[in-house]
Amino acid sequence: MSDMSVAIPRDGLVAVVKRDCPTCVLAAPVLAELAAQGGIVVYTQDDPAFPEDIADRIDDTGLDVSHRLGIEIVPTLIRFQDGQDIGRTYGWDRAEWERISGFQGIGAGLPAFRPGCGAKNVEPGVIERLKVRFGETGLESRRVEIGDGEDEFEAMFERGWSDGLPIVPPTEERVLRMLAGTSRDPQEVLGLCPPNLVPATVEKIAINAVMAGCKPEYLPVVLAAVECVLDPAFAMHGVLATTMFVGPVVIVNGPIRRQIGMNAKGNALGQGNRANATIGRALQLVIRNIGGGKPREVDRATLGNPGKYTYCFAEDEEGSCWEPLSTDFGIARGVSAVTVFAGFGLQGVVDQKSRTPESLTRSMAGSLRAIHNPKLAPACDAILVVCPEHERTFRNAGWSKRRVYEELFHLCEMPADPLIAGADGIAEGVKPALAGGTVNKFRSDGLMIVRAGGGAGMFSGIIAGWSTPGPTGSLPVCREVKS
Amino acid sequence: MTVLLDPTSERSPAARERLARPDRLEGLTVGLLDISKPRGDVFLNRIDELLTERGITVKRYMKPTVAKPAPLPLAQQIGTEVNLMIEGLAD
Repeated sequence: MSDMSVAIPRDGLVAVVKRDCPTCVLAAPVLAELAAQGGIVVYTQDDPAFPEDIADRIDDTGLDVSHRLGIEIVPTLIRFQDGQDIGRTYGWDRAEWERISGFQGIGAGLPAFRPGCGAKNVEPGVIERLKVRFGETGLESRRVEIGDGEDEFEAMFERGWSDGLPIVPPTEERVLRMLAGTSRDPQEVLGLCPPNLVPATVEKIAINAVMAGCKPEYLPVVLAAVECVLDPAFAMHGVLATTMFVGPVVIVNGPIRRQIGMNAKGNALGQGNRANATIGRALQLVIRNIGGGKPREVDRATLGNPGKYTYCFAEDEEGSCWEPLSTDFGIARGVSAVTVFAGFGLQGVVDQKSRTPESLTRSMAGSLRAIHNPKLAPACDAILVVCPEHERTFRNAGWSKRRVYEELFHLCEMPADPLIAGADGIAEGVKPALAGGTVNKFRSDGLMIVRAGGGAGMFSGIIAGWSTPGPTGSLPVCREVKS
Repeated sequence: MTVLLDPTSERSPAARERLARPDRLEGLTVGLLDISKPRGDVFLNRIDELLTERGITVKRYMKPTVAKPAPLPLAQQIGTEVNLMIEGLAD
């Protein structure tokens, strides 16, 4: 429907009201006065029988006229002259109504002023529908029509849009609501999305966020996560195309975590929290749909891992004695940020007996040295997710995160001889040229430490990475969340 | 009608694409489905002869009735046993 189909008087007074608004009810007798004196066209947004004293009131329950007039508050009184809006006022304000109507002394028994109410045409859910109907969405993506006889969920599966689980149909209205979650221009290009190097616009990312099940307020986090993987340092093409298990692991810091209700506590890496689940899923859908990266095509993973559906959690900054992960990347504490790491799975660190930091770091280092294969070093970058009851041991001993890192790094420096290829009857291993020396399981700063998890249980976790870490492969990338 | 926004790079048609046709039949298994229409077997028998002469593996199937879609077990069996299918559609 175009604007042309909405007929609006070219001259005279126009009012827009709704019965649900007490100020409209209060001002209804004034509208009757104006109708009697010189005529007025009254549009009603909710009840076609309101106002009762206006005989030729016009039903605008479809809200087309209200939308065309840009009504935000009811009652609104407008004067038109030669098709031009030459004055309007909102709510009941006798002086303003007198000025615009040209009649003095109207509404004599009423108070001088009463604020109006929100108009129906700008209510959430309604404004998007009207924009779609009037062709004002500004959305540029191709429209895909699903026939009446077609199940839209099945149709989306058949088009290959899904990761294997049902997705939310990305209607124009839903995508408009999603885009309300950011102030960024829908056509802003965040970068070229691997593997096909397609420009990833805010609009395309919003469509995939809708499908993943995100709320609009999650969108800034999704956008930051996409910015991270599009940074060449992350090497998303390689992370996708590798035969190894890895996919993007998303860790969120700062106030946005609590604003959108993310889980950093019990079962933080598990199921059940909408923000955790859908933000990670949206990132995967972006790679799949915008970038064209699909399993058994460019994604050559031998086994993959369940985290390739979604892998996203928040750090428990409030429960931690350490600085948040994002500060390791130079972002100030208190600033919302997303870190993305090419990782997979979770290897448990079970230690229920250590009560000193020395014992606990030895225990953790033993698990860390087993990543990928105990005989491989350096193996990969990794994230150690420290649970509250393990962190308590470090907190009570006054160990900073840096000290924990340095101790673990030191404990992961190993004599090379037992690791050499062929040693211990195992063909896998490090180069013979390293014999007599030492090797470290990690590159410098290749081990990150994050605090998450529920109160009970001495169970930390290791998220291992890709076997091509660092500048020649994938580096973890952190980005500030922009509103 | 529902209108959705395309989440992809829009490098392929919006309509669902047909599976790509094989460029040759050698090495493939061809299914011949008799849908239980009269004389469908005459047509399919001749196709069977022609394909078999060329050394192509042929498997034969039959729907129990022309009035209904193929039962799911038959559709699944065909899907796992052949590379492409030819149906005899008419009398």
